[in-house]
Amino acid sequence: MLLIRCPWCGPRDETEFHYGGAAHVAYPSDPAALSDEEWGRYLFVRENLKGPFAERWCHTAGCRRWFNAVRDTLTNEILRVYRIGEPA
Amino acid sequence: MAEPLETTIRSPLAGWTPHPLTGIRLAELPFRTQVNLRLPAKGPAADAVGLELGVPLPVEPGTTAGSGELSVLWLGPDEWLVVGSPGADLAARLAARRGAGVSVVDTSALRTTVLVAGPRARDLLAHGCALDLHPTRFPTGRCAQTLLAHAQIVLVAVDDGTSGAEPAYHLLVRSSFANYLADWLEDAAVEYR
Repeated sequence: MLLIRCPWCGPRDETEFHYGGAAHVAYPSDPAALSDEEWGRYLFVRENLKGPFAERWCHTAGCRRWFNAVRDTLTNEILRVYRIGEPA
Repeated sequence: MAEPLETTIRSPLAGWTPHPLTGIRLAELPFRTQVNLRLPAKGPAADAVGLELGVPLPVEPGTTAGSGELSVLWLGPDEWLVVGSPGADLAARLAARRGAGVSVVDTSALRTTVLVAGPRARDLLAHGCALDLHPTRFPTGRCAQTLLAHAQIVLVAVDDGTSGAEPAYHLLVRSSFANYLADWLEDAAVEYR
């Protein structure tokens, strides 16, 4: 069980959270101009990093806010959490 | 022509008579008025609501503010739960103050309140709640949205017991989970019979 620090509520058990995938994936500036392949790449293709990885989490059983966390995918250590809108 | 339906209000835990316990008191506090409030934490709307309620909205995460029967629980950076006695006209009062970007929703039927009180109250809650409820970490006036035995609750420390009064906690639980939570509390409390 991970102990995740919600930027609002403090440290809570992992079961209170919902995982939201990679953070900072920019929405295409002109989505209508994308080909099917480019759209599919935007939706589904993510880097599979070994090491620090910025991802989104939602504190669903608590304050229900989304936030970002940097997690080491090798050790599961959460290196940093920061609120949406705060610099990465 | 059909007769109009008789309206009777029935609380989710109506008929629940908890088994007598040593050092723990369980009870339902039914029909408490609950109003969900969403607005920016700073600004004229927050000031107006604070004036109407007589207490400023708590802005520190996990804190409450209140006077008498009324308490305001922090649920999020722009979200509060105003709790009052049964029948209080909180929603109408707050809606009258509603400005742009303010949401006032009466959610009284969404949750019921379970009282867990007594010197062993914390021991019982520790069976299914991961939070540290020691008075130094969760003193009187703290609140938290968390899981108790996998059920989502809003947990309020009404009294942490340090002032000499008996410790008392309110569990605000969704109506559809109330029976499950009452059963779980009874089951977890078997050792305190």
